Amino acid sequence: MGVIPPRMDVPIPPGETQDKILNAVTDEITNKGFVIASADKLFNWARSGSLWPMTFGLACCAVEMMHAAASRYDMDRYGMLFRPSPRQSDVMIVAGTLTNKMAPALRRVYDQMPEPRWVLSMGSCANGGGYYHYSYAVVRGCDRIVPVDVYVPGCPPTAEALIYGLLQLQKKIKRTETIARR
Amino acid sequence: MTTADIINPEMTNNNTEHSFEALATQLLANSAERVPSLNGQLVYRCELNKLISVLNLLKANESLDFSQLSDLTAVDYPGRIQRFELVYQLLSITHNRRIRIICAIDEGQIVPSATGVYKSAEWPEREVWDMYGLFFSDHPDLRRLLTDYGFEGHPLRKDFPLTGYVEVRYDDIERRVAYQPVQLTQEYRDFDFLSPWEGDQELVHSSLNAESESKVNAKKDGYS
Repeated sequence: MGVIPPRMDVPIPPGETQDKILNAVTDEITNKGFVIASADKLFNWARSGSLWPMTFGLACCAVEMMHAAASRYDMDRYGMLFRPSPRQSDVMIVAGTLTNKMAPALRRVYDQMPEPRWVLSMGSCANGGGYYHYSYAVVRGCDRIVPVDVYVPGCPPTAEALIYGLLQLQKKIKRTETIARR
Repeated sequence: MTTADIINPEMTNNNTEHSFEALATQLLANSAERVPSLNGQLVYRCELNKLISVLNLLKANESLDFSQLSDLTAVDYPGRIQRFELVYQLLSITHNRRIRIICAIDEGQIVPSATGVYKSAEWPEREVWDMYGLFFSDHPDLRRLLTDYGFEGHPLRKDFPLTGYVEVRYDDIERRVAYQPVQLTQEYRDFDFLSPWEGDQELVHSSLNAESESKVNAKKDGYS
């Protein structure tokens, strides 16, 4: 269209450029009656700024997840608040060993989350079974049960690593160029 | 035994220690035999049909007062004629003493439940049923304890394969978690060459012979 400037975060100063854009928008409205802008950018900004993780601590990784939420690393400053209910969450952090017995419960909780939703797999066990890869009772990676967006390696990953993973997820969300349901 | 003896273990002299052991052995004279053990641990073996009466005796006797069953488990010895051993660990809180009752049983033999004597035996017996497949009669609720619903096999038996038989995945078409036979991209590799089960047998024997001196001495002391 040529109407939308490339930088969304910087206001355009009054002058020739601004007039040009405003005139173009006015033309659009008079000719067609509507104007197209990038609402997806706004949505992604809102979504990535208030990622509410579902509390799904399964093993020792959950302790590092708690550290990430506590005052030193403080996930609250990114607008990330742990929710006890899947119906209020956007992200599920699979923190720990996923067993065969737990798998249906994990999937049910995932299904209960409203879209758009994301999954962060935390630690070796959730990534690929880890130490328990050859066990008779452990799922060899939680991506066999739910689609995973970000994998955080480590056994367990540090709180910093988890924060880094969450920031990567924010980047991934900001990259998304659609407002359709996934 | 005076009250001071019970409260302060340091004041318990060798004489009373000995009498405690003697009392236990005397009490179980007709039903269980003392097994040699390290550090004066009380270890007894008994027949399956006398198991419940032994537990009853130990719990009811006021001088011993084994009021708590701290653990109940089993061991699998595939080479033996009587394949399994049941192990009961009792604790006397008043005397700060423990006792171990070992009972050899064969596969398929039905074990009388200890829940009538110790209520806390309920879950450990469910676990033994789950892990070893030993059936307990008169158990109030003998379901599997730890493994998945509908799990087949008993994982702690030595002939159970490490990776089991089934694995789970989400079925997109049926929209549920489905079971399928185990498929491994790489087989499990064991680098423990001295393992008595899976290691190189010659290596295992030579390493055992090398440290046999100390082992033999330990056996002379009665370590089993």
